[in-house]
Order: sequence, then C-alpha cells, then structure tokens
Amino acid sequence: MATRIETESDGRSAPDAAPSQGASNGRGFAEAEARWRERIARNRTAAARTSSGLDVDVLYTPESVSHLDALGDIGLPGEYPFTRGVQPTMYRGRQWTMRQYSGFGTARESNERYRWLLEQGQTGISVALDLPTQLGLDSDDPLAVDDVGRVGVAIDTLADMEILFDNIPLDRISTSFTINSTAAILLAMYLIVAERQGVRLEKVSGTIQNDILKEYVARGTWIFPPEPSLRLIVDTIEYCVRHAPRFNSISVAGAHFRDAGATAVQELAFTLADGLTYVQRCVDRGLKVDEFAPLISFYFYTHNDLFEEVAKYRAGRRLWARLMKERFGARDPRAMMFRFGVVCGGSTLTAQQPQNNIMRVAYQALASVLGGVQSVFTAAWDEAFAIPTEQSAGLALRTQQVLAYETGVANVVDPLGGSYYVESLTDRIEREARAIIERIDRMGGMVPCIQSGLIQKEIAAEAYRHQQRIENGEQVVVGVNKFTREEPERRQLQLWELDPKLGARQRDELARAKAERDNGLVTRTLANLRDIARSERSLMPAIVDAVRAYASIGEICAVLREEFGTFQEPASL
Amino acid sequence: MESKPIRVLVAKPGLDGHDRGAKVVAYALRDAGMEVVYTGLRRSPDEIVKIAVDEDVDAIGLSILSGAHVALTEKTIAGLKAAGCEADIAVFVGGTIPPRDVEPLEKLGAAAVFPTGTPLNAIAPKIREIVASRRRGA
Repeated sequence: MATRIETESDGRSAPDAAPSQGASNGRGFAEAEARWRERIARNRTAAARTSSGLDVDVLYTPESVSHLDALGDIGLPGEYPFTRGVQPTMYRGRQWTMRQYSGFGTARESNERYRWLLEQGQTGISVALDLPTQLGLDSDDPLAVDDVGRVGVAIDTLADMEILFDNIPLDRISTSFTINSTAAILLAMYLIVAERQGVRLEKVSGTIQNDILKEYVARGTWIFPPEPSLRLIVDTIEYCVRHAPRFNSISVAGAHFRDAGATAVQELAFTLADGLTYVQRCVDRGLKVDEFAPLISFYFYTHNDLFEEVAKYRAGRRLWARLMKERFGARDPRAMMFRFGVVCGGSTLTAQQPQNNIMRVAYQALASVLGGVQSVFTAAWDEAFAIPTEQSAGLALRTQQVLAYETGVANVVDPLGGSYYVESLTDRIEREARAIIERIDRMGGMVPCIQSGLIQKEIAAEAYRHQQRIENGEQVVVGVNKFTREEPERRQLQLWELDPKLGARQRDELARAKAERDNGLVTRTLANLRDIARSERSLMPAIVDAVRAYASIGEICAVLREEFGTFQEPASL
Repeated sequence: MESKPIRVLVAKPGLDGHDRGAKVVAYALRDAGMEVVYTGLRRSPDEIVKIAVDEDVDAIGLSILSGAHVALTEKTIAGLKAAGCEADIAVFVGGTIPPRDVEPLEKLGAAAVFPTGTPLNAIAPKIREIVASRRRGA
C-alpha cells in the first residue's frame, strides 16, 4: 500500500492553507463580499433548500470555507480522511463497476440476462433474488406461491446457483447479492460454485448485502430477531476474513432508508449508525478492526439534488474514516475507507411521462461519479411499472457508458473538490449526520431505536411530508405536477411479463434437486446445524455443509426459525 | 348515518416489504377523517379478511409492489365472499401496477385501482364515494 494514515494532529495543522491567498487579500475579499451582499439584498432571490431541507445561500465564497483545513479536512485522495476519494487516482486507475441489479424467473432466464448484460459491457453482476429466497421459503411453500421469480430470481438449492453462474467465470467477474436474512446461505452457495469452477476462495470477489438492521426499518425482508441475526452477520464476516478475504461480507445500505422516505442526511446518518453497530459486534467477538473493516462497503440511493448527493458521499467518506479512527482505533487505511455503490432511480422514477426517468437517472449517475462512487446501477425508465425489458435495461446500461466514455467527468479525481459550495455543504452534512449519530448513541444505538419503531416513524413522516410538498406544488416534479399532459399511450407500453408457468417450472427444479440428493446426509447436516445454533459457535461451517448436501433454503431456515424465533414488527403508524 | 367515520384497513399482502406507499396513504386517509388500521407486513389474504371482519372496516386497501397484485387481490376477494362480506367491505388496490392490469383487477371485483403515480388527494374521495354508495345500498 502506498497510502499512509496522516499522523495524529489536531486537525488544524496548516493555518495558512486556507483557500484565500493571504491575510490582507482575505480582509479585502471579506469587505468586498460584504458590499456585494448588501447590493444584492435588493435583488429578487428565491429561497432555496437542498432536498434534506438545508438552507442554500445564493453564492459561496472563500469566506464560506475559511474554517476548513486544506489538509486535515479535505486532504488528498487515497489518504485520510478520504474526503476526495478512497483511491489515489480514482477512475484514471480503474473505471467504476457497472453493475445492473437484475434477476427474474428461474436461474436459467437470469443466467441468460447476465450473460447478455456482460456482452453489452456490464462489468459486474448484481443479483436480484425473489422474495421467497430472501425470506427463507422454498418455491413450493404455500406462502411463496404468488411471489416465485417475480422481483428476482428464485433460488432454492445449490443446483439453482450452479445454473445461475453457468459459463460466467467467477475468477474475473465479481457478483453482488442483495440478500440479508438468508445471506449466509447464499454466500455458502456462491463460494461452493466458485470452488467447483476451480477458483481459489482467496480470489473470489463480490458482495453480500447482509445488513439486517435496515430491513427491520425499510424493505422488510427480516426473518429472525435482531440478536441471532447479528450473530449470523458476525459469523459470515468472520468466515470471509478467514477464507474469502476479497469478498465484501457486508454492504451497509442506506438506499432503503432513502427510498422509504429518509432525507439524504438521515440516510447517511442511519447507515453509518448501522455500520458502527456491526463493527462493535465484530469487535465484541474478538475480531481485529484492521482485519475485518476493510471488507465493509456501503450502498446508497442517489436522488435528484445533484450537489447534495456529491456532498453526501464526500461527507460520508470523511465521517466514516474519522469514526473508525476515533472510536475503534483503526490504523490500516483500508479499515477506514468508505467504499460505496449506488442505485439511481427508485422512488424518484415517475409513472407519468415515464421516459423522463432516463434523464433523472442520468443526472443521478453523474452526481454519483462526481461523488467518487465505486459501482453504479442505473435503473431503467420503466421500473415504475414492472421489472425492465431487455431494451430498457440495455438503455440504462448505455446511460452510464456514455457518462464514462464521452463526457470526460472521470478524468480528474474529485473535480468538485475546492468548490466553495460543495466543500461548505460537505462540512454541513458531516456535522448534521454526526449530530444524528450522537443522538442515536444517547438512545442506546440503532437496535433499540429500531425495536421501538422510532426510526420507522421518522422516515414515514418524512415520506408523507415529501408527498404533500409534491401535491401542493412546493416541490416540482416534471410531468407530475408541472408540464403535465394526457398520456393515452401509457396503456400501450410494452412492459416485461412474467411467464405464467414459471412457478411450476421452479417447483419441478426443486423436486428434481431433492430426488437426486442424499437425503440421509441432508438430515445429518440439518441436525448438526441445529446443535450449532444452540451453541455459541459460528453457524457458517454448518451452513456450508448443509448447502453442499443440497439442503434447500426453506429447510435450513426452518431449523433456524425454530431455534431463533421470528422478529415481531413494532406497531409503526 | 352520514356521521359515522369510514374505517379502512391498509394491508400488505404477500411477501413484499415495501411499506412507504401503504404508510403514506394511511396518513392521508387519517388526515381525511377516516379511521385507519394498518396490518404491518406479510399478511396472507385470509389473515387480512379476518382482521377486516374483526375490525368492522368499510374498506380494505391492498398495497402491493411485488407484481403479485392479481393473485393476491383475487384471493382476498374470494376470502371476503367466503365470509359473506363482499358487499360490506370494498377492496381497493394500490402499488406498482402496470396500466394493463387495472381492468383485470376491476373485473376481479376491486372497487378501484390506484397505480403508481396516483395523487394522494384522489384516494380519499374515491373511497368515500364508493363506501357511501355501498352504505346506501345496504
């Protein structure tokens, strides 16, 4: 590693490094700015706020950032506090990963879509799993029948995972799984498939989301209560540290807070608060922060307020680095790095004039790249209605390819660094987010705040306020409350359709896997899993054994449900 | 009996965990003077029918973003029929619903469908209108 942590200082090491050139010039400028502000006070200036409700001045100047230290607060890319980026040369060294969230039907259809996306120039895979897989139910479970293969691909046993990655070289392609409650099982399946492709585990790279806390708040794919869920998470992190050190065993996600209604500032604060909870649990287990923290990554939604999004990511890098150093004494720079992926689209997509979503997503992708993102998923314009067609998914990928190869935005590291506005907003967001984190600390941390429903209520209230602002016209949404028109053509949209025979086909796959396996071995591995669940030992090796025996997700989770119980959702209206 | 407030059950059937829309609609109906009960996540159609009957609601609002809206609406309405309540409890459906599915849902017996993009202020008046006409008919 070429990077070094800055030596400890009071964070104000270079008083003359402020953007103004010298004391007399600084005074001269301050006087000029005061005169200018007096003069423009007479002009009509509409009030402005960021999407999080932070006041925005009409102009930012050297005065706005004079309290910031060029080295201690802003620094250099690849060096603490990483405000300007986690890598020294950013996209000049390596392009961001283009990773389109995708998956539907059975493993066969999804494998075809992945190979098509890779042919189209996608550089990583992001697996969308169906709800039964996310909730630990087999495709033949009565609770699952209506949801098989709908919002993602159906995976019941290792046999499905083998098909999913057929002809996709796992030594060269990294894969991200949006999976939480059942993350340990999907991780086991993926590592076994990689091993069977002849890839050494030390070389396998990818990500499991594995972030249960935000599932209790938004998105809702929880199964077990917080304590056993956190145990499972630490087990997977520990397993990856020992066996698959290039695999990101947790991706702490703010995206779902945001899409449920949180502001950009809340999104960042709640996510880092979750991250601190996971780090603490690993430390409590006896893991060393410099060993496991480099495997932590983050995931966010980029919404429409361009500069606020850029500032959110810059503030996130600086704040995470500082928290890791202050609270956990991290020393390895990689253990302080806030590496993140984004999704562009989500709740900002509109059903009205849906092709306007193409522009929204493009601007969001631009903001993400200006914010120093590591991987980008650009959603398709028709996702307000259904999962995308091949055509709309292709256009979404092209959106980021045009950004990467035609606009020149990736040429210079952190090109908005030093912008008076962006630096000022970065500083403001860092302070606001830190204040929220400290408030959560005083209430005992994220777990009690989630169990009481407090975070859920704050987010829902924000979502309601946002909708009211749209409906009273305070927040303009083009095509929704301004520049509207009749759209008879909307009924004729060519949207993706699910194969009605899909559920039956997937149930056949499951029946075949069960017929071909050694049922005695399945019974023994599940009995062993139950014993381990009752002990304090890591669950991961027992899960790997059960998966290898082709035990299904439903069978494995049935054991864990019996041992751990299920989460009770707080009343949260 | 015009003064009796309308009672609505906002329900999340199936496995979908996205509840932003359900909660925002619940707040809006409450602000419009209705009494709102929310089921929480992952209720089966049978459970929803049972809660609706126990809570003596005038309407059920199903919120579905997973694409399983047709099957789940069909099962909920079948459950109401089996309980003999289909005339007393109107079913409304909202969520990520492609335009092509609006008519089939209405044919299944949904009183109204509110797909993505429906303004909040369109929902309460529609529920009020339909509940009022059903109460008159009863």
